[in-house]
Amino acid sequence: MHTSNIIFFCILISALSLFSFNLWKIVRNIRLGNSKNRFDQPLKRTKILLKIAFGQTKLFARPVSGILHSLVYWGFLVITIGTVEMMIDGIFNLDRFFGVLGSFYDIATASGDVMAVLVLVSCLMFMFRRLFLKIKRFSGKEMKKSSSIDAIIALVIIVFLMISLLTMNIGYIGIHPESYFGSFPVSNFLLPYFANWNLHLIHDISWWAHIILVLVFLNELPYSKHFHVVMSIPNVYFSNIENLGKMDNMPSVTKEVKLMMDPNADPYAPPSADTPPPEAFGAKDVTDLNWVQLMNAYSCTECGRCTSECPANQTGKLLSPRKIMMDTRQRLKEVGKNIDKHGKDYSDNKSLLNDYISAEELWACTTCNACTQACPLNIDPLSIIVDLRRNLVMEESAAPQELNMMFNNIENNGAPWQFSAADRLNWKDE
Amino acid sequence: MSELQVKTMADFMASGKEADLLFWVGSAGSFDDRAKKITRAFVKILNKAGVNFGVLGAEESSSGDAAKRAGNEFLFQMQAMTNIQVMNAYNVKRIVTACPHSYNILKNEYKGLGGDYKVQHHTEFIAELVSKGKLTISANLKGAKVTYHDPCYLGRANNIYDAPRDLIKLLGVELVEMKRTKSRSFCCGAGGSQMFKEPEPGAQDININRTEEALGLKPDIIATGCPFCNTMMTDGVMAVSEGAAQVKDIAELIAENI
Repeated sequence: MHTSNIIFFCILISALSLFSFNLWKIVRNIRLGNSKNRFDQPLKRTKILLKIAFGQTKLFARPVSGILHSLVYWGFLVITIGTVEMMIDGIFNLDRFFGVLGSFYDIATASGDVMAVLVLVSCLMFMFRRLFLKIKRFSGKEMKKSSSIDAIIALVIIVFLMISLLTMNIGYIGIHPESYFGSFPVSNFLLPYFANWNLHLIHDISWWAHIILVLVFLNELPYSKHFHVVMSIPNVYFSNIENLGKMDNMPSVTKEVKLMMDPNADPYAPPSADTPPPEAFGAKDVTDLNWVQLMNAYSCTECGRCTSECPANQTGKLLSPRKIMMDTRQRLKEVGKNIDKHGKDYSDNKSLLNDYISAEELWACTTCNACTQACPLNIDPLSIIVDLRRNLVMEESAAPQELNMMFNNIENNGAPWQFSAADRLNWKDE
Repeated sequence: MSELQVKTMADFMASGKEADLLFWVGSAGSFDDRAKKITRAFVKILNKAGVNFGVLGAEESSSGDAAKRAGNEFLFQMQAMTNIQVMNAYNVKRIVTACPHSYNILKNEYKGLGGDYKVQHHTEFIAELVSKGKLTISANLKGAKVTYHDPCYLGRANNIYDAPRDLIKLLGVELVEMKRTKSRSFCCGAGGSQMFKEPEPGAQDININRTEEALGLKPDIIATGCPFCNTMMTDGVMAVSEGAAQVKDIAELIAENI
């Protein structure tokens, strides 16, 4: 072991510790949510994961950004193999350790080498789109300057990650022209242009630059919207796999309704000792949401596909499904910070409903599922909107007047309008 | 005198017979003047194909969709359990409905509350009648240009995109698609209980936006498969360019051509 290995080991451990610490906090925050069983049907879930996450299928609804994003994603998958190898090299001084894999190694390195260029080009095009093309979905009242800076920082890091990867490969094959492991078509093509350079130095600088950028990028993720890199796979796996139209029936309400409809139930019976205290209906704050909804919030990368398909938003209403997700995340982070500072029973007297999301936004939703359909990661803003509406209606009795009239009509005469049930067959003779 | 043959489930029970399926009319189909015409058109089709169906009549009550989507889960479940009690008492196994909102809720959400039925949208059911040879549709509308507006609760919500289109094509018409179609269709503006309230403040009403898109294709007919979409698009045509196109339910188009 050399001094450099020890230095690398220390850097790696510090970087991974910081990341784990931030990851642990996010997991803790997600676990503040209510339970929700999404561990069913593993086979169907795996299929959807392969299709939507690894296959990137939902992104292709927008072909240009879809292809560019897929190249970056697939590139990352291939290049990560090399990153793992570099870490082994860094700790144990075993250069090109996976070289023992033979022809598989040739395929992996060749794809990594080619993908590096494709990722590089894609990210440059992404930057061009962000900086010079006015893409409507990148703006909106919930989009702050910081969102855009966030995006540019990540793109710049990735660009330098790819440049350093290529120069490292060039250095590597240049140092061992006859005896290198793997296959590097792009680097081989570029090698002649580096003929007069000190290839040893290029290789070593690139190696360190690349691995440090990897660790910087990793640690930037939890602080930015790019945490979706980490969350995308669990988020898709645990997403809603039923028909989009199917909305959950609240079990707490079922219990009450069954009791009401049971002629043998005694309404005056004292609650038995094991009856839990009555829970509030719907969601007022993030802790009333379930863990999948909170995970969704951390998975959102603010791409705006949901908002750009939302009929309410597109006709100038206040509602933006992206804002619903961003507000949920921001509020959850705030709740997490309060726990860190003041302990878990502290209340800041704020809530997701009203302090972040207004009733006007919620009442603009047509529950049309355009947002859930549009999301490349199957994030479900609609379920949050409905849970907040449930709180407004069942806890606060704060539905718009016309909806209260509609409720009354259903209760009194079994139709949303004021018509008598006896007239239900009148159409027959008209 | 009505030319329609309609029996209630109570009629069936009284005569000791059983209906093959229940036609769930829905509140709109029962009470809304425009939607009642769709109900009559669909019954005409059912009669023509000799389908042994029943309706609940006065025993039907709101499916609870409007209540549930507005956040009143309590009222929804009261409605659902009442309806389930009635339907289970009549031993209902199959349901057909002309309303995608009823369709969605009966199919997806009643199940968890004790109501397990095979539910079909009327376009699926009519397509089945045609494929079984029980109904022949005449291609009488040759030369007409038709665009189809996907109801959210049929399309995105339940992935039914083909049955309505297949039926429209049988009429011999030219079917033209809007840019926002199928899974990326644009809502008419009525879902999520918006039907029962004024829209929130904004730059434009949703139905106007959608109607403008449809009328941009210069169709003779805007076809749809939902009573609420029908209302929204009809109002939209009236506001954008009165008389520019007719708004029709697929059941109406079929009923006129069998």
